[in-house]
Amino acid sequence: MHFVFEPGFFSSHPVHVAFIVGSIVAVVSAVVGVFTVMRGQSFAGHSLADVSTAGGSGALLIGLNPLLGFVAGGVAGAGAMEMIGVRRARGRDLATGIVLGASIGLAALFLYLGTTRSSTTGASQQILFGSIFSTDSSTVPIVVVFSVVCLGIIAFVRRPLLLSSVSTDIAAARGVPLRLVGLLYMLALALAVGLSSLAIGAILSTALLIGPAAIALRLTNRIGWAMVAACVIGVVATLLGVLLAYDSYDWNSRHAAWPVSFFIVVIIFLLYLSTELPLVRTVVARRREEGACLQDS
Amino acid sequence: MFAGFMINAWTVATIVAVIAGVVGFFVVLRGSAFPAHAIPNGAFAGAAGASLIGVNTLVGLGVFSVLAALGIGALGRRGRHDVVTALALVVMLALGAVFLSQTTQYEPEIFSLLFGEVLGVASNEIVPVALLGVVCIAALIVLYRPLILSSAVPDVGEAKGVSSQRMEMAFLVVVALTTAMTVPVVGALLIFSLMIGPPAAARSFTDRPAVAIVLSVGIALVTVWAAIAISFLSNWPIGFFVGVFSASSYGVGRGWAAWRRTRMVRSAD
Repeated sequence: MHFVFEPGFFSSHPVHVAFIVGSIVAVVSAVVGVFTVMRGQSFAGHSLADVSTAGGSGALLIGLNPLLGFVAGGVAGAGAMEMIGVRRARGRDLATGIVLGASIGLAALFLYLGTTRSSTTGASQQILFGSIFSTDSSTVPIVVVFSVVCLGIIAFVRRPLLLSSVSTDIAAARGVPLRLVGLLYMLALALAVGLSSLAIGAILSTALLIGPAAIALRLTNRIGWAMVAACVIGVVATLLGVLLAYDSYDWNSRHAAWPVSFFIVVIIFLLYLSTELPLVRTVVARRREEGACLQDS
Repeated sequence: MFAGFMINAWTVATIVAVIAGVVGFFVVLRGSAFPAHAIPNGAFAGAAGASLIGVNTLVGLGVFSVLAALGIGALGRRGRHDVVTALALVVMLALGAVFLSQTTQYEPEIFSLLFGEVLGVASNEIVPVALLGVVCIAALIVLYRPLILSSAVPDVGEAKGVSSQRMEMAFLVVVALTTAMTVPVVGALLIFSLMIGPPAAARSFTDRPAVAIVLSVGIALVTVWAAIAISFLSNWPIGFFVGVFSASSYGVGRGWAAWRRTRMVRSAD
């Protein structure tokens, strides 16, 4: 038993916080991520992590709560992307790139000013990579509130959002206000990403947003099932990652624990690769055919 | 501003701007902004790994960026392209996090690999950058016609025997080489800004590819030169000015395109 769960694992306070925050963020990211993958907006989802980081470092500089900066930066970035975005996917990527480039420049400035005015060593590393173990337990309530807001927005626009994600043409023909739906979705995305990049770092933010949703959408076409599957995959990967990272403290004599983000990302990546396996692909294809027959009859 | 140690900075920035302007034109044409961000950003994990095992940084960058390009190209065949790119990026960054967790004293180097330190370029760093730059531009000259064809009208390209998959792979490797040589001198984030802003601006001024490439190189050069000069005078980081100028050049390009459209509508009336 001790081989799997190191002594003190269940009584460790950072582990409890990591479990709670990690699971909440994994669920929110998975739900939003299903739409992100369907809409082909992974780039925006990833960029918003960097954009909100710029907001966070700016807030740190002028002495505001970083969370405010993260969320404000993310929302402003999402608004800018949506405003200059062209409807075609290529144009959208370009708009994302422009916003990302500008905000990286801002981040460079803020980090530079931050390190010259106060000697906060490790600031840029902390902001870029974050750590689930260093999450303060006082951020848990804020994480919960923003998560509820984010899921609320998704629930509110779920039907037009789904339609416009599957086919913009059909949605437009049915009179769905595409711009408004797109904007609301970007708002939810910005909230989810800003929150997760503060709580668990930019790497994991992207990994948990895109990975579980992409795996789920390869296993099923049904949106509800995909969301449930993505949530399960995200939460399991997070909990396993936290466990392995905790154990890795004793893997070498120097006690340099491996980062949680590494384990979570590797678990997600291996799961994604496993959907490429011939066995999995034939099973999924057969189930899809059966599903199609059932629907026909 | 033109003192001895600054000559290296001006030289290397000029080379980087020319390459970024040319490669960036194709990045924008193909809508490959995400890979162009992911490859340099992820490749810096390679630099961290190289410093951990004591190899030259350039080797680590080269290996990681080429592996990333091949991985994105291979997995992108069946999966969604943006999803695969995102996954490749997080895998590389996570490896970088492992490398960093096993070393100490890396903080200033991270900052310089991400944001660049063009003002601290040594003379012996210029030759490899220039050489790799020549290789990239030569590759793009060879690929020029098929690449434009398969970027603009993939179906016609396929019909003429240009495999869009092979083109994608070849192009991603060119981006990877660009990355390997420019990241140590200008940083992962700055090279991305240079590959997006100026070419996107150039494309809104003209539809002709050759003219757009020349224009894109010109805008990239002005951006970099102005950024170095102002950064030298103000002491603020060069990445900030490159990022802001690149984005503003795109804004000017969009403004110009909108103004021309209204004028054409008016002259048609």
